[in-house]
Amino acid sequence: MTDAVASKPAGSRLGYRFNIVGVAALALILAWAIVALLAPWLIPHPVGEIVDLDYFQPISADAWLGSDYLGRDMFSRVLMGARYTVGISLAAVVIACFSGVTLGMTAAVSGGLVDMLLSRFLDAMSSIPSKLFGLVVVAAVGSSIPVLTLTLAIIYIPGAYRFSRALAVNINTMDFMTVARIRGESTLYLIGAEILPNIIRPVLADLGLRFVFIVLLLSGLSFLGLGLQPPYADWGALVRENIGGLPFAAPAVIVPSLAIASLTISVNLLIDNLPQKIRDRSA
Amino acid sequence: MNTLVPSLILKRLVVAIITLLIVSFAVFFATSLLPGDTATILLGQAATPEAVAGLRKAMHLDDPAIFRFLRWILGLFQGDLGTSYANKMPVAALIGERFVNTMKLAGITTLVSVPLALTLGITAATLRGSTYDRIVTVLSIGVISVPEFMVATTAVLLFAVYLRWLPALSLANNVHSLIDVVKIYAMPVITLTFVVSAQMIRMTRAAVIETLNTAYVEMALLKGASRGRLVLKHALPNALGPIVNAVALSLSYLIGGVIIVETIFNYPGIAKLMVDAVATRDLPLIQSCAMIFCLGYLILITAADIVAIVSNPRLR
Repeated sequence: MTDAVASKPAGSRLGYRFNIVGVAALALILAWAIVALLAPWLIPHPVGEIVDLDYFQPISADAWLGSDYLGRDMFSRVLMGARYTVGISLAAVVIACFSGVTLGMTAAVSGGLVDMLLSRFLDAMSSIPSKLFGLVVVAAVGSSIPVLTLTLAIIYIPGAYRFSRALAVNINTMDFMTVARIRGESTLYLIGAEILPNIIRPVLADLGLRFVFIVLLLSGLSFLGLGLQPPYADWGALVRENIGGLPFAAPAVIVPSLAIASLTISVNLLIDNLPQKIRDRSA
Repeated sequence: MNTLVPSLILKRLVVAIITLLIVSFAVFFATSLLPGDTATILLGQAATPEAVAGLRKAMHLDDPAIFRFLRWILGLFQGDLGTSYANKMPVAALIGERFVNTMKLAGITTLVSVPLALTLGITAATLRGSTYDRIVTVLSIGVISVPEFMVATTAVLLFAVYLRWLPALSLANNVHSLIDVVKIYAMPVITLTFVVSAQMIRMTRAAVIETLNTAYVEMALLKGASRGRLVLKHALPNALGPIVNAVALSLSYLIGGVIIVETIFNYPGIAKLMVDAVATRDLPLIQSCAMIFCLGYLILITAADIVAIVSNPRLR
């Protein structure tokens, strides 16, 4: 095990490869995380309060990002939107990666029929286009926050599974795995103590990418009116409800999009500038 | 050796058919999870229990789910897509014209985006490391990292609000001249082209760079071949397989894109039909639209895989 870790030169290059772009991206991500945590104490106006009698107002001293289609303060709504977008996506990506990676490692260690059945089934799952999957589930069971989180997680389990399985299959052929097997270790020990530590870094990078996909999908569903339902509003829903302001180029419709873009682009940039680049972008 | 390729393709096709079966299973059961009784929904809250029971019997709703699934699948094979709950019309009639509209949109987008993306991807790979390459790469990563609706709203802001060249909405009904056609398709096609091309550029660039890194290209370089000859004669023919694969895979992004684009531009295609059907919970319509999309997606990714098999010289 020490062998496999030592053969990666990444640690020594850490200081060099963590360049300014990566740091800036990380700072922006942390900023959104803090906003998501502290939003109720940061907002200048309650989200439901109508602060301006005129709708789609431009940026002013009172309403920092203008007003929305009902004259509510856009700045407060975007800050609160961060809670839902970041919170739901984070929960979904953790569930997706935890399940996917556990299944992937189990399949790689077990091999045989378990591997074949899991792979076949999850491959079939991934041949349903993600947005379509979301639409069908929302049509079937509605779109409460738990349902939405779980749906997003299920959609991205096959990807996490395939990615971690491919990595785990390589580790599985190592000598220390054979030794552990001869010692008579259980599957749980094999995947937890022998495989996971060796694939954790690419898996974490993959988690970041999958987080981006989930943010995009959640925003897309909310934009279609099939994601988060009022009175809650994530960034996608904010764009949807203010789409009428598009002909006036109102900040209310542009700002939530920019918020999404800033988050997803930062995560992408951070991953691109991480010391390790062992990952599969096509997954 | 020669039987290897056909047998691999056959295997891939069998997998595709099995996948389609699993997918149709998933679509059917996901939609039959709907809480609330279909018959009650159709007849309204005020319906008498007798009327509800009668309709349930007429619609075979009391049968076990597996029978309903088989009946539905058999119906699909015979071209019977069921009847819409919302307006009592046959689903096939509702889908017909809209399907053509969506295919038109997808076709035009393909015609625009494939040459554009291939040109950009190949030139960027050839001029790797240059400012041009960096601009193309950053732009394509940017487009990939933002939601489709943001690409669409940005296009509307730019072309309809600031420049005032194009109308923001697209209505395929009042077409009088060629200009009208261009105006209707411009916005949706521009948006979809961005979404699809970004993927295609990235994959094409990666495929060409991989070929340019091979020993035989280095050999040609050492031989003194010009840059153009290097790329066109030595690298491209070998990168053709991966490139076609990339094109097919990228086109599968059309399916996600088209759902957003048809909604935002009010384009009368099946994606818009499906989103509306989800809002009204019109199950037969949702099932049929979902199957059409899944089939399209499956055809594209299967085609991508088959191209990869056929173009792999190691299998010949």
